[in-house]
Amino acid sequence: MRRIGIWIAAGGLLLATAACGGGSGNGSAGTGGTPKAQSLSVGFVAEPANLDFTSTEGAAIPQALLVNVYEGLVKLDQNGEIVPLLAEKWDVSPDRKTYTFTLRENVKFSGGAPFTADDVTFSLDRVKSDWKLKIKSQLDVIDKVEKKDDSTAVVTLKRPSNGFLYSMATRLGAMFSRTGVADLANKPVGTGPYVLSSWRRGDSIQLAANPSYWGTKPPLGAITLKYFKDATAMNNALLTGGIDVISSVQAPESLQQFADPGRFETVEGTTNGEVVLSMNNGRPPFDDKAVRQAVRHAIDHKALLDTAWAGRGQLIGSMTAPTDPWYEDRTGDYPYDPAKAKQLLGGKTYNVKMRIPNLPYAVNSAQVVKSQLAQVGINAEIEPLEFPARWLDQVFTKGDYDLSIINHVEPRDMGIFADKSYYFRYDNPEFGKLLAAADEGTEQEQTDDLKQAAKLLSDDAAADWLFLFPNLIVAKKGVTGLPKNAIAESFDFTALAKQ
Amino acid sequence: MILYLLKRLAVLLASTAVAAVAVFAFMAVLPGDPAEIALGVNATPDAVAELRKQFGTDRPAVAQFLDWAGGLLQGDFGTSYVTSSPIGPQIGDRLGVTLVLVLGGMVVALVLAVPLGTFAAVRHRDPLGAAISAASQLGIAIPAFLAGILLVFVFAVQAQALPSGGYVPIAESPGEWLRSLLLPWLSLGLVQGAVLTRYVRSAVLDVMREDYLRTARAKGRGSTGALWRHGLRNASIPVVTVLGLQLATLLIGAVVVERVFVIPGLGDLLLNGVAGRDLLLVQGVVMVLVAAVLLINFVVDVTYHLLDPRLR
Repeated sequence: MRRIGIWIAAGGLLLATAACGGGSGNGSAGTGGTPKAQSLSVGFVAEPANLDFTSTEGAAIPQALLVNVYEGLVKLDQNGEIVPLLAEKWDVSPDRKTYTFTLRENVKFSGGAPFTADDVTFSLDRVKSDWKLKIKSQLDVIDKVEKKDDSTAVVTLKRPSNGFLYSMATRLGAMFSRTGVADLANKPVGTGPYVLSSWRRGDSIQLAANPSYWGTKPPLGAITLKYFKDATAMNNALLTGGIDVISSVQAPESLQQFADPGRFETVEGTTNGEVVLSMNNGRPPFDDKAVRQAVRHAIDHKALLDTAWAGRGQLIGSMTAPTDPWYEDRTGDYPYDPAKAKQLLGGKTYNVKMRIPNLPYAVNSAQVVKSQLAQVGINAEIEPLEFPARWLDQVFTKGDYDLSIINHVEPRDMGIFADKSYYFRYDNPEFGKLLAAADEGTEQEQTDDLKQAAKLLSDDAAADWLFLFPNLIVAKKGVTGLPKNAIAESFDFTALAKQ
Repeated sequence: MILYLLKRLAVLLASTAVAAVAVFAFMAVLPGDPAEIALGVNATPDAVAELRKQFGTDRPAVAQFLDWAGGLLQGDFGTSYVTSSPIGPQIGDRLGVTLVLVLGGMVVALVLAVPLGTFAAVRHRDPLGAAISAASQLGIAIPAFLAGILLVFVFAVQAQALPSGGYVPIAESPGEWLRSLLLPWLSLGLVQGAVLTRYVRSAVLDVMREDYLRTARAKGRGSTGALWRHGLRNASIPVVTVLGLQLATLLIGAVVVERVFVIPGLGDLLLNGVAGRDLLLVQGVVMVLVAAVLLINFVVDVTYHLLDPRLR
């Protein structure tokens, strides 16, 4: 009898709590109660380690903060174009070495301080003096930054550079307040449409609309960035209303759960992520160009994409993304041709180590690559390494690998092949010259040179490009303003709204 | 009894000290450099060297250990490499969540196991008793994370009655807090409850065969009364031992269940720390877990003495 009593009590509890939460739905009503204070929650996979992208690497930090909390003078739009943000306009001198930025008036940092040309000099000088990341060298081209008046900043370059303005649209160009850098790891101070309202470590980051924002106020009052380490948990959260958006689907085969068009919407766009089959150009057997070419001929990229990533994504053939102005489809350079591959190998067989990160796309792709290479006489032994720690250590830092597979997510990152100490160990001075010329030339020259550079990489078979990683977003029906293409460093929340 | 307590306390302290050395040594041989990982694919060798210096990981291992152990004695866990904030408060926050999770799971297990196990023992010749026994066998075979996934599928995805994951602090909303913890409690508690049911059943069965129970029944007590008055205390001795072991298992099981339910507890902190090679943080968390297990064992041993006069 006693036992039955307990069961009834327990059952009642379950029912009662289930019922009391039923009405609150996804908790998106907000605390303000006014319709304006609508909020959305968006699921992400990687939580920032801290909020300081000047000293800590990791895509998660700019993804959350850039454009949303921090703004630069310019930003990258959805088509890959550079458009004004904190600068109303900019003029380039005829020798293309001086950029004069006219700043927007009445812009304030979330701490209350006004944004002026002094903050521009402060922020750009700080890149050189305080930033810890290797990418800061992209701004080494700056000779000096000067304030002409409160709303005019002049940047003088050492030489003409096409990359400069693009870099200014990345985290490198983020504008910091002179009084707001004391605790960047925890307290970001920017001029953006959102401010950090709270951070529950291990769970979520809350952004609230910035009441003193200079531009168009964002449609939502608050946004929750919810972090999931487990893709299934994130999928379940969307299915059960715990979140409104999955920012990036981790496994395309899970999309069928969201097939109901009455409830969900799937958005597919492009990214800057080239999924590269890296070959160690610095040691046998892949120091031999013929062997590398054989690998490229041996892989049936279409079949690989269908098998490994459910056919989502795009075949590219070199280190450029479709949103780059100099993109050309280079998949025709090495068509699938196992006979040609065997011929290039001259009847020899090889045993190689394929050290891959333990990430779904890499594991899936590696199995296809292994079986296709086996058909031409290259036996690749797959060794999955914990990512990031062990992969970074063994493959990236020590260069101890023959083959690897990794999604190089950085935008316009062809330049990594120009660094012969980079783990590809690719060394072709011709390539470096093309990149240097591209950066200094006119826009047209840049496009021409980079097309040539991409062709050179492909011809040299410096690596193989398996596919371009797709941007897959799933959202509840009625969510609008989602950034289709993930080509900038940030996940732009500024247009996000709910009907 | 006092002497026993003192002896047992000395063992506790010694094992904690040994554990500290072991934990530190394990971290030291873990491949992967915290400075390299913090800086990622864009690191420069200079920046890595500078960061190592800042972290203090360029110093000899012994110096690092003494620093760390010295801090621990004063309750200072150091500063996280990755978040550059003090580790102690972080562990404190997370430990609270994990403890609630584990204790709730334990309560579920006890509420299930004690009545069911006793019933299965008393009625062990009935089909119902046998059914409970068989069901518990099934429960043992299911790991907690699988139970969690199944529960999410049934109660969250299908029935849409409870959240599939996430954690709401009790201060924010007690109702939501309860809702967010129900499924995690069940997934931890059902499995442990199944294990415990079998122990309770066999303990009660053993006790029922004892002469003193037959004597009590012969003196005119009903069989339930005899069991209640004389049996349960004796049956509880082996159960308490298992309970202690299970608490330790639950603490570890919580690591996985936290991941399934996206609960920001100690396990979540630990896994993040491992991935980012935030060694000081990992050391701190593991140390707390080890200390908790040692403490549980200590408490179990002492309880054992209190329950069983023959050991005194």
